[in-house]
Amino acid sequence: MSALFTLETAAGTLNAAAPLILAALAGVVCERSGVVNIALEGIMLCAAFTGVAVTHALSPAGAAHASAWAPWAGVAAAAAAAVAVALLHGVVSIHVRANQIISGVAINILAVGLTQFLCYLVFKSSSNSAVVASLPRWGAGAFRYSPLVWFAFAAIPLVHLLLYRTVFGLRLRAVGEHPTAADTLGIRPVRVRYAAVALSGALAGLGGAALASDVSQFVQNMTAGRGYIALAAMIFGKWTPCGAAAACFLFAFADNAQIALQEKIPPQFAQSIPYLLTILVLAGFVGKARAPEALGKPYAKTD
Amino acid sequence: MPSAVEMIGIEKRFPRVVANHDVNFSVEEGEIHALVGENGAGKSTLMKVLYGLYAPDGGTVRVFGKEMREFSPAAAIAAGIGMVHQHFMLVPTLTVAENVMLGMEPRRGPFFARGRAETEVGALSEKYGLRVDPGARIEELSVGLEQRVEILKVLARGARILILDEPTAVLTPQEVEDLYATLRSLKAQGKTVIFITHKLKEVRAITDRLTVLRRGATVGTVASAETSQEQIAEMMVGRPVSLRVEKTAAMPTAPVLEVRHLCAEKLNDVTLEVRAGEILGIAGVEGNGQSELLECLSGLREAESGEVVLGGEDLSAAGPPAWFRAGLAVIPEDRLKRGLVGDYSVADNLVLGRHRLPRYTSTGFVRAGARDADAEELIRRFDVRPPEKSVEARSLSGGNQQKVIIARELSRVPRFLLAAHPTRGVDIGAIEFIHKAIVAERDRGVGVLLVSAELSEVMALSDRIAVMYGGRIVGVVSAASADEKSLGLLMAGGKAAS
Ligand SMILES: Nc1ncnc2c1ncn2[C@@H]1O[C@H](COP(=O)(O)OP(=O)(O)OP(=O)(O)O)[C@@H](O)[C@H]1O
Ligand SMILES: [Mg+2]
Repeated sequence: MSALFTLETAAGTLNAAAPLILAALAGVVCERSGVVNIALEGIMLCAAFTGVAVTHALSPAGAAHASAWAPWAGVAAAAAAAVAVALLHGVVSIHVRANQIISGVAINILAVGLTQFLCYLVFKSSSNSAVVASLPRWGAGAFRYSPLVWFAFAAIPLVHLLLYRTVFGLRLRAVGEHPTAADTLGIRPVRVRYAAVALSGALAGLGGAALASDVSQFVQNMTAGRGYIALAAMIFGKWTPCGAAAACFLFAFADNAQIALQEKIPPQFAQSIPYLLTILVLAGFVGKARAPEALGKPYAKTD
Repeated sequence: MPSAVEMIGIEKRFPRVVANHDVNFSVEEGEIHALVGENGAGKSTLMKVLYGLYAPDGGTVRVFGKEMREFSPAAAIAAGIGMVHQHFMLVPTLTVAENVMLGMEPRRGPFFARGRAETEVGALSEKYGLRVDPGARIEELSVGLEQRVEILKVLARGARILILDEPTAVLTPQEVEDLYATLRSLKAQGKTVIFITHKLKEVRAITDRLTVLRRGATVGTVASAETSQEQIAEMMVGRPVSLRVEKTAAMPTAPVLEVRHLCAEKLNDVTLEVRAGEILGIAGVEGNGQSELLECLSGLREAESGEVVLGGEDLSAAGPPAWFRAGLAVIPEDRLKRGLVGDYSVADNLVLGRHRLPRYTSTGFVRAGARDADAEELIRRFDVRPPEKSVEARSLSGGNQQKVIIARELSRVPRFLLAAHPTRGVDIGAIEFIHKAIVAERDRGVGVLLVSAELSEVMALSDRIAVMYGGRIVGVVSAASADEKSLGLLMAGGKAAS
């Protein structure tokens, strides 16, 4: 068992946790306002591709000669693309008041095909992009990470403060629980939800950028279900930033551990550990998870 | 001095209903003014227009002489109006202070100044004598306290006009007294109060004037003290209404329901008997086992020990289907939870529970023709308004939801009727109607078990009265010989004077 707790596995766990955390926080922000966000997966994927493509376009002399700011511009573009996709989900769920699950699933399916198609157009291969210039690595020893990873950790208390200490957070939670009550007090539930969806998009977008920046390229369907795992983490964490983040660390650890364990026990069994863990956590620790009362219900004045 | 509120020629239409038609309504500054009318008369709608939740389709609204041009809660709040809704508008997961300050939060930069909010709310609750802990979460509060929070919310926004939509429907008698004290002190501080209610007694006790609406139109405004309950009732319904239950002596025959030594959660050795052709009323302070008894008597809760027999069949361990087959009909405690599917149409709600009968289904499909024809018939007979079979049950006013339930349950042709708070939140005309319907069932030979939080209703309707206290039946008296005082004593746990 000692191999499970080396510095390297700890470092790997933190690295793997970062995109999950950003996506789970995105889920928390969005769902606490009352909008279901199954679209996290697709949003991350679009962001990952956009970031890579923009970095590539800004380094015409090749990755090795790229200017230092090209990958940063990629991050900004990733976030912007994610906000745009999230707002698409927002328009469908908030304005058109369509089914939010269907909208999210549609975006996820669309994202897979669209990124593959664009990847082919830009890089002449639909399976992966060229390697692009990467963000610097900050930190020391085994813990040298892209700035996005550090940002993910910083985002946990930030989102916590936002939700529980700011006026905006108070209003956001009120709108997610009882939009009519908020409306009767002069708060516009629709505006608050758009703001929450946009912020959620930005966070998920940075999560997608973190994924791409880890390997400095785009790989077809590189999110590989992380958007959904983040949703599970959000539920395990009872829709709180700290709880969701803790669940992300747990998932990331289990995922790392199973790779280390594959040498000792049959890999088929090792690979199932994260999922077993998921079920155990669900059954044992979650208890009564209460979703925001107005979650998934589009708000409309009753006239 | 201009009137506090002047609403002239207000028109408000919903897709299938005209809720307000040419309504005129005016309230002077500093008065307590009641708005009364039958269920669905348009009272809540009129007040929602005043509060800016609905824009009127026609008419003029003036507040302190200034015409309202924009209809939104924000505009209404700015004009000095506050509203306590029929269904409370509180966020249960937030604290009292957060709920009160929502939308006008004290800030420190982008942050919510929680300490300042709690101090302000504390000061406000001190000033108006509305005591409540600013740091408590709403979900931990009783209904009476929630209502205080609602009133604080309104006062915190500097309201000079308070609208209260059926504020007493959900309160215990003590909480009602507290509310009246609050309203009087608000009036003394120069506030104007508009107050919707169905309880004519309280209208006369606390209001200065009252306005009656009927079917969306104004009938008139009168001084409360100079108008009798009968006169108000007649204005509301449009014909003389009997405020007393007219019934002949019961002619009970054999027992239909026999409960022997029933024990279950909160129930302790309950023994009682309901005979065909009589109404047995259960009197008692709420929470003394009535809800559990009702559940045991409709198959929703299993008895731990004891026997429950309906029409000779032991049903102590049976579920609802067996109960219904044995001839049960239920008017449940909570209309929307147990009585109706809010999202279904009235017609679908009217066949619920009988949807498997060959009349309503063939080879797995609903026979819409039969369902709709029967729905129309029931809507007509039970005077459900609006008379529309396809509207969602949720959109009906409370009293009309109740009529739909009663229509469905009585059309089962039961042998035993379980009636829980049959007239809660229901207007005068409908109360008379429901009481008549229950008495008619009795005269047809149905055994009726009535549970009601209103002692006067139990006394008026029952033939015999059983008093429940602490999960036991502590006494059974004949209604003719019962008086309020001795029943009250029993309900409070005193021994029967035998
Ligand atoms: N949002 C809505 N959509 C459609 N119809 C509505 C809506 N709100 C109210 N109505 C209808 O308008 C009419 C007036 O309703 P309103 O709620 O104003 O009655 P009310 O006098 O407050 O009744 P109650 O005493 O039962 O509360 C009713 O027929 C009701 O069914
Ligand atoms: Mg009403």
